[in-house]
Amino acid sequence: MPMRRDIQFMRNGRVVHLDGPPMLTLLDYLRLHEHATGTKEGCAEGDCGACTVVLRRVSGGEIVYQPVNSCILLAGQADGADVITVEDLAEGSALHPVQQAMVDKHGSQCGFCTPGFVMALFGLYHAPHRANLDRHAVNDWIAGNLCRCTGYRPIVDAALAACGDDGNDKFAKQDDAAARALAALDDDADVFAGTDQRFFAAPASIAALATLYQQHPDATLIGGATDVGLWITKQLRDLPKIIWLGRVKDLDGIADTDAAITFGAAVSQEAARRHLAAIDPDAGEMMRRFASLQVRNAGTIGGNIANGSPIGDTPPVLIALGATLMLQAGNATRTLPLENFFIAYGKQDRAKGEFVHSVSVPKLKPNERFRCYKVSKRFDQDISAVLAAFKVTLDGNRIADARIAFGGMAGTPKRAAATEAALRGLDLGKPETWDTAIAKLDSDYQPLTDQRGSSAYRSEVARGLLRKALIEIGGKPTQATRVVGIREAANAS
Amino acid sequence: MPPEVVDVPLRIVRTSRRHDSATRHVSGSATYIDDMPEPHGTLHLAPGGAPVARGKIKSVDLDAVRAAPGVVRVLTAADIPGTNDVSPVVGDDPALADGEVQFHGQVVFAVVAETREAARRAVKLAKIEIDAETPLVTVDEALSADLNILPEYRFTTGEVGAALAASPHRLDGTLRIGGQEHFYLEGQVALAVPGEDEMLVYSSTQHPSELQALVAHMLKLPQAAVTVEVRRMGGAFGGKESQAAQWGALAALAARLTGRACKMRLDRDDDMIMTGKRHDFRADYQLGFDGEGRLNGYDVLLSSRCGYSADLSQGINDRAMFHADNAYYLPAANILSKRMKTHTVSNTAFRGFGGPQGMMAIERAMDDIAWTLGLDPLDVRIRNLYGDGRDMTPYGMRVTDNISPELIAGLERSSDYRARRKAIAAFNADSPIIKRGIALTPVKFGISFTNTFLNQGGALVHVYKDGTVHLNHGGTEMGQGLFVKIAQVVAEEFGIDLEHVKITATTTAKVPNTSPTAASSGTDINGMAAQSAARIIKDRLTDFAASFYNVPREQVAFRENKVFYGNHSVAFSELILRAHVGQVSLSSTGFYKTPDLTWDQAKAHGRPFYYFSYGAACSEVMIDTLTGEMKVERIDILHDVGKSLNPAIDIGQIEGGFVQGMGWLTAEELVYDAKGRLLTHAPSTYKIPTSSDVPADFRVALFDGANREATIYRSKAVGEPPLMLAISVFCAVADAIHSLAPGRRVPLDAPATPESILRAVKAVAQH
Ligand SMILES: Cc1cc2nc3c(=O)[nH]c(=O)nc-3n(C[C@@H](O)[C@@H](O)[C@H](O)COP(=O)(O)OP(=O)(O)OC[C@H]3O[C@@H](n4cnc5c(N)ncnc54)[C@H](O)[C@@H]3O)c2cc1C
Ligand code: FES
Ligand code: FES
Repeated sequence: MPMRRDIQFMRNGRVVHLDGPPMLTLLDYLRLHEHATGTKEGCAEGDCGACTVVLRRVSGGEIVYQPVNSCILLAGQADGADVITVEDLAEGSALHPVQQAMVDKHGSQCGFCTPGFVMALFGLYHAPHRANLDRHAVNDWIAGNLCRCTGYRPIVDAALAACGDDGNDKFAKQDDAAARALAALDDDADVFAGTDQRFFAAPASIAALATLYQQHPDATLIGGATDVGLWITKQLRDLPKIIWLGRVKDLDGIADTDAAITFGAAVSQEAARRHLAAIDPDAGEMMRRFASLQVRNAGTIGGNIANGSPIGDTPPVLIALGATLMLQAGNATRTLPLENFFIAYGKQDRAKGEFVHSVSVPKLKPNERFRCYKVSKRFDQDISAVLAAFKVTLDGNRIADARIAFGGMAGTPKRAAATEAALRGLDLGKPETWDTAIAKLDSDYQPLTDQRGSSAYRSEVARGLLRKALIEIGGKPTQATRVVGIREAANAS
Repeated sequence: MPPEVVDVPLRIVRTSRRHDSATRHVSGSATYIDDMPEPHGTLHLAPGGAPVARGKIKSVDLDAVRAAPGVVRVLTAADIPGTNDVSPVVGDDPALADGEVQFHGQVVFAVVAETREAARRAVKLAKIEIDAETPLVTVDEALSADLNILPEYRFTTGEVGAALAASPHRLDGTLRIGGQEHFYLEGQVALAVPGEDEMLVYSSTQHPSELQALVAHMLKLPQAAVTVEVRRMGGAFGGKESQAAQWGALAALAARLTGRACKMRLDRDDDMIMTGKRHDFRADYQLGFDGEGRLNGYDVLLSSRCGYSADLSQGINDRAMFHADNAYYLPAANILSKRMKTHTVSNTAFRGFGGPQGMMAIERAMDDIAWTLGLDPLDVRIRNLYGDGRDMTPYGMRVTDNISPELIAGLERSSDYRARRKAIAAFNADSPIIKRGIALTPVKFGISFTNTFLNQGGALVHVYKDGTVHLNHGGTEMGQGLFVKIAQVVAEEFGIDLEHVKITATTTAKVPNTSPTAASSGTDINGMAAQSAARIIKDRLTDFAASFYNVPREQVAFRENKVFYGNHSVAFSELILRAHVGQVSLSSTGFYKTPDLTWDQAKAHGRPFYYFSYGAACSEVMIDTLTGEMKVERIDILHDVGKSLNPAIDIGQIEGGFVQGMGWLTAEELVYDAKGRLLTHAPSTYKIPTSSDVPADFRVALFDGANREATIYRSKAVGEPPLMLAISVFCAVADAIHSLAPGRRVPLDAPATPESILRAVKAVAQH
């Protein structure tokens, strides 16, 4: 394989070459190196969206426009992309349609969040579903952008107004040229910018990754850096060796068969969202509420597992669905049930030099029912206080088997063995007989108290969610049981 | 009401105009302080915070910090040539802690380095040893220790003891109300540029004049040698009224000591830890009322967490008392305020300035009465409104502009309140898990600084030879649209297009000794001052035109970019040129002070407010009784801004204020641990509303009516009052919970997080 010693991305039709430093964020590159100050820093932790820029890439042969948070994205992760910022949209004094709509609808007050919103909406302007937008779809799209001034109504109005035109802005007109320019950057080379002591590397193949990681087992792997970015901006950790998985061919594949879906570790959370939704609308709903579009565009399925967080949202869902994890070190691979990967708080079954290769998720069988619920202080872009996932195998109206996993209830994503056992044989038609099984959750989990919820609240919610799941699986429509995430609406659309 | 005198039809004011910076906002070319080109050699500061909440400083070892790469200097209290204070009033806020620390994160030292990153990294190398003492963290802890930061204060009217005793119904209760982080999107930032003997500070501040004075004291400079400038802030909401000062002062200190430009921009987490918030309150109340639900007596103790220093807590707690009545007549009342000292960051101004917390208590009282008597809470509210013969506030000001009854009736109709209440009852009867609730609540908010002398504004207007106008005034722009509104006033005065009025940055060098842009007063006072400046120039121009064209003065009129005289007209710019040649001064200051205010703080009596702004909101919510999750379904608002100067801007303030208030009362929760550490110091754990929290069904209308007082074009202040409309959301949540056990009182505390809601659900269900 050829080796490239720098990072390359497009800015306004020109190729930028960067060879370090490895921890440089894209936002700092823009503001401190380019002195392009239109893009703002509101939090430096991925939560406010003020730093949103759009990466234009070729993906599956199509041009895509992906809003990302430049504050926690490393400049190296822009490799191969066209980086578009708020300064780039207008043509002379003619504003871009999303900018004009924001002006016309009074979508800015203090204006500090505005560049981020404009860029998110610019992504929406180029999204495939722009033609059939409603307020909910816009809300989902901008869940990662905070505005403290406007109350959002005018911004949503601006989105709907702007996306009502033909979509043929100056960028759409240049898409072919951009595709050619980006193709020229797509060189299949293993990228290694820096020295053996300090580098940003982006291997292009699984083999190259495996070799590099064996040589540098002390390196930090990054998928989307939506966790690691905060180690840099908030904890000010020194991460001299960084290996980015975003260029590794075959690590971003999705194999969707009748029985199961296999996600490569580097599959973005946004790409996985549709496939998980196809398994069950609740899994799709969880992914809709997972972080924000900007975070999901960067963050990976592998990263959400490998970080071992007790409050990660995908692990409980994948565990309840019966997922299997594949790990690789050098040429050797091994598989294990996902729940076994999580040994204890901060401890996973991953050896030095070993990386997450993929995760395989079985689809539901006709007699299986699935429910999952995310409970958090705020519906959108919040970390779960409790994440509950239930897979129930039915035998008529009775529960033949159950797999239950919770997040936020223990030091790891964890199954509820005692409750699962107690549920076997339960009659869904007899709610008065459920209490004993539901109470078993208290022996499965002794949650902690923290700023997201007290121990007592978490336990109470866990019991409430199991009851809710049983009521719903027993046949109650979710309009009667939920305030968000109505399944019937998801099925209808 | 005196008739409104308007001699010409209005063209510019009372029309919707865009924010003057809208095009820049969307293009990324609106310059905030961190976006300004840095002077060559600019250094960067990072703060070093106390590792514990309370104790004597034993030692501060900064050797490793000084030796760190890029570090130029480290600042401690000993480096301050003048006064080590950044407080607005009392003198108890050291810029750098000296001898003791009083809250976790209090700034002990600051690193000055070649880059911001180097400064932040170096901070981590400090070794601070503190003789830690147990901090008082909560209002309750401070109450038990009886630790006050300011003396208590009381309003009394009537004989409350007797009124309570004589009432057929009596209740007492306690409501806890959480604080709120401002979460302005642009964090605290300042850039200080040293001059020969001068200091120029660009600061994201609502109060440039105060920072100017503090920097002068700190650096031992005359105030005339210090200039503070701000073009715009990326949000402020009160959080940059007094608490922007520390960062500007530290940057200025560093600039003075290094001779180089110095910038201090706080990291978001530092900002949330090191700057104050809305005060959390505990309200303990006793009610006496009749069978119709009318209050006879209201006895309330409002205790607040002020934090470690006084900051603006006096005015804030006073305002909680001024709004303890909200829109309701209290025949007998005892309103007592305790200002508790805690070892937490000093709480500060935040949109509403204590008013919202005072209102929350009386709104809970209204619900309590309704629940106890089995009445519709709206009927209880309507029966208690100010009215004829029931118009005296507990602080001796008569309510003469009361439009609440009419406004509420209008909203009751337009929101279809009664039919929806019935529909909700029917829904709830059939829905064991999901419960709906509705509430319609009023707002009456007093406009003026209650510290009367602050009610003054200044402006400076120049007309240049090409007929363009340079506008400057004492108000600061934080997104509220102040600048465009005042430009509208000036354009209207000169009869020219808005584009010909150049809005310029607020600076202490052009308009001196200004009041903070706060108390919703920005347009009222600065608009009047700017109008006055423009009128002075216009008067001179009128005189000039009358004599130059030989027409009577009355025949000179300014409109459509022209000046009309007799049957002729001349372009405005041409007249200006002629006037200049005719040696007419084309520049003027303008000044305004609010008339008729008579507040006597010692007697707790008088007229603190020029007028009241009114509004009402009706909110409908649904809750999940298994998890406590809540969704707002519909909001209807009818709000009084007098004759709006700019309806689009005002509606933006109403909607934005409402959503911010909704956040305060629902998801925004400040969690401190027992050691006084704020655990929710980042947007990952502190959740302000997102777009999906705002219901699609959001109906906002302006109440049609003029201000009775002679404010600028009969408009009313709009910055703060709409925030309190969101109390309707909180009350609607309580209403939904109440449906589980009608007749029981709902012990819901604010914020109504899912956990708080579920706790209240369990409490009413288990009785
Ligand atoms: C604003 C915001 C909101 C969020 N909201 C949510 C939420 O709602 N739900 C939720 O679950 N999480 C949430 N998160 C956290 C979530 O984004 C991360 O957990 C994310 O999934 C990590 O993925 P990544 O690819 O970005 O990982 P990275 O940050 O790149 O890496 C995370 C860790 O995993 C390791 N790693 C990554 N890939 C591999 C691999 N293939 N093999 C071995 N190790 C690997 C890294 O070395 C690192 O230790 C949020 C984060 C942010 C910033
Ligand atoms: S700055 Fe807030 S998300 Fe990047
Ligand atoms: S306009 Fe101020 S934060 Fe959005």
